[in-house]
Amino acid sequence: MALIPSLALQFLQMLLVVAVAPLIIGITRKTRARLLRRTGAPVLQPYRDLARLLRKEALVAETASPLFRVYPYVAFGATWVAAALVPTFATGLLFSWSGDFIAIIALIGTGRATVALAGLDAGTSFGGIGSSREAMIAALAEPAMLMVVFIVALLSGTSQLTGIAAFMASPEVGLRVSLALGLTALVMVAIAENGRIPVDNPATHLELTMVHEAMVLEYAGRHLLMIELAAALKLIAYLAILSCVFLPFGLADAGAGAGAVAVGIAAFLAKLTALAALLAVFETSIAKMRVFRVPEFLGAALMLGLLGTLLLFVSRMSQ
Amino acid sequence: MFHSRFSDWPIVTRHQGWPRRLAPADGWRALGEALRADDLDLLGLWGDVECVHAAVLERSGAAPCVLSLPVWDGRVPSLGVFHAPAIRLERALQDLHGIEVTALPDPRPWLDHGHWPTRPARDRDRAQAGFEFLPANGPALHQIPVGPVHAGIIEPGHFRFSAHGEMIVRLEQRLGYTHKGVERLLAGCEVRAGHRLAARTSGDSAVAFAWAYSRAVETALGVQVPARATWLRAVMAELERIANHLGDIGAICNDASFALMHNECGMLREQVLRVVDGCFGHRLMMDCLVPGGVIADLDPAGSGRIGRLLDHIDRRMPELIELYDNTASLQDRTVGTGRLGSELAARFACGGVIGRASGRAFDVRCQLPYAPYDVVMPALTVLQEGDVDARVRVRLAEVSASTALIRRLLAGLPAGRSLLCDLPAPAETRESTALVEGFRGDILAYVRVAPDLRIESCHLRDPSWFQWPVLEAAVEGNIVADFPLCNKSFNCSYSGHDL
Repeated sequence: MALIPSLALQFLQMLLVVAVAPLIIGITRKTRARLLRRTGAPVLQPYRDLARLLRKEALVAETASPLFRVYPYVAFGATWVAAALVPTFATGLLFSWSGDFIAIIALIGTGRATVALAGLDAGTSFGGIGSSREAMIAALAEPAMLMVVFIVALLSGTSQLTGIAAFMASPEVGLRVSLALGLTALVMVAIAENGRIPVDNPATHLELTMVHEAMVLEYAGRHLLMIELAAALKLIAYLAILSCVFLPFGLADAGAGAGAVAVGIAAFLAKLTALAALLAVFETSIAKMRVFRVPEFLGAALMLGLLGTLLLFVSRMSQ
Repeated sequence: MFHSRFSDWPIVTRHQGWPRRLAPADGWRALGEALRADDLDLLGLWGDVECVHAAVLERSGAAPCVLSLPVWDGRVPSLGVFHAPAIRLERALQDLHGIEVTALPDPRPWLDHGHWPTRPARDRDRAQAGFEFLPANGPALHQIPVGPVHAGIIEPGHFRFSAHGEMIVRLEQRLGYTHKGVERLLAGCEVRAGHRLAARTSGDSAVAFAWAYSRAVETALGVQVPARATWLRAVMAELERIANHLGDIGAICNDASFALMHNECGMLREQVLRVVDGCFGHRLMMDCLVPGGVIADLDPAGSGRIGRLLDHIDRRMPELIELYDNTASLQDRTVGTGRLGSELAARFACGGVIGRASGRAFDVRCQLPYAPYDVVMPALTVLQEGDVDARVRVRLAEVSASTALIRRLLAGLPAGRSLLCDLPAPAETRESTALVEGFRGDILAYVRVAPDLRIESCHLRDPSWFQWPVLEAAVEGNIVADFPLCNKSFNCSYSGHDL
């Protein structure tokens, strides 16, 4: 495959994820508002919010270190690269060979660790609370996530998401208990990682209950823009992982024509919209859990992942 | 016991209604010991010209009474030494009246933050310098200052948490940011205008405060209010209760991030406010209730609107209760959270929902009934658990109790006038004290009226005075992230407390 078109496709994917990330946030919020019988802000409101942040002054706390200005860009960069590596509308994109599923998890983890450090940087008590809670959630979510990686990697024989997606789309997958366990674990981890209800409430105004919001309280202007966009990209990345592993239909193959790419993009957007709406429905029907219930929640995810992995081993040995 | 202890204290004849007695020089000590022995509830403690008043209620029988101690040499002995609920009242007494309370366990300023321009600079400096938060000692404790400016649209108050990780070891409140000087503004004000200030002490309790003020004035003047007026007042007060309880139930659930309940309750509350606006001309019924009666009479069309509103609420309430009951994730947050023991609730004489959710079966409408509650008594719901869940459930029950009450009130609404044209001027200075049940609990009003129908002195005590302190105790041992939930389930007033 020629370098130029494949590079162009890769850039298309990178632009696409950034471009639709605020839209997905907007769809989630709108759906939630409608479910709560509110009119809700327009679906495009997140774009306006980001534009507003761009115009605003980027105030920095007096007590902050020089790194304080750097964290948002690092967090955004790491998350963006992670989102770019996930097959969204096409498999076998140019960059997809440069990092596997584990690398994607690590990149997202880098972004999260950066934001957690940023929360501590200004030395406010809310930032500290947020960072400590985030660290607790992350420390529990990551092992569970790795279990999910093991399940799909063991099944498909590769840890490359492109290969996994191709395998999952093929008829040899069949109906497997491990996959159901993995899917449940992945959804739970995705909810925790993205700070959605019941783990965190992205719409809260209560300083004492915040996790993600507490860490970024000190940010303003373009710095906040970067962090908001990184958070939106993270949601996209997780939804994309979910859809490429468990809903791998409509994906364009490597070197496919423009028609297949268009179908792939349409399918990707449809999947994102459906998942965003599902997320809103779930968030409306449940209250936020106590902070100390989060370990139980993520512990359950870890156990499901572990169970899935063990089942695979057992079934393999019995063959 | 109570009578034997205080019956030889001379009665002040100009005080109408409840008896007011003058304490002898060592009387405050006897009162303090009676309060400590737990057979008396402290209803209020406030300063006046050259004297300090304490309103108390005998626990066993409904015998309220006001006791007054003359101030000698600018000093009074402390009741707080004997009875902790008096401490904050005495700190406020020092700030507002410049009366020194001797041997006060906590002499720090309370309402005065040293920013009042009417104060001499020396006093301002003292008030600013004299405030230090109570220490909490131990390894790995850290402090979290919250407020007075909050991220949400709530009133200002500062909360200082000493936390061990996520666990709250100590909470200390600092209030007084919304001090408006209501009592000073009321002094010298005309009796017929004072209700406007009284209603604004805490805007969500406009009816209850105006009613408490009006009752005190009417009793002082010996005025008999037309029956229709008292019944209409009760209709207003119950509508206020329904609106506020609905708002609180929704807000508590919203603090557990369960926005569905918040929106459902918010819609119901808005419907109540709109009907109220249509019937009485103001969404919060401000200035509808005046000494001598009510300004806004209710026509049959208004009764019909309220009736239809009640039908709607009664239809929706079982659904809301079912939604609350069936959301396990919500119950997981509310059950067992912010538990307030019945012993503490009784000692602080916590009024309203907070007391009734912690086993204190006290409601002014039942225990010290005033017209029309002497005829139309509300159903009393008392729970023992004392947690957030119990406070939600008491509110849910009280909404339904209030709709039933309004139906009976509307059905039996007496005909006739609803407002007295004139208030008779008294021959000499008269005074009285009244207790009224607002949606937060018992509101105490003391009014002294001069012969020219001007207010000489007025004191309004919000129920929150005895609820804020126990919140500090209720959140101890809970996690920091559960504080908003506990705080909202108390929903104490900042404005009414800061006065």
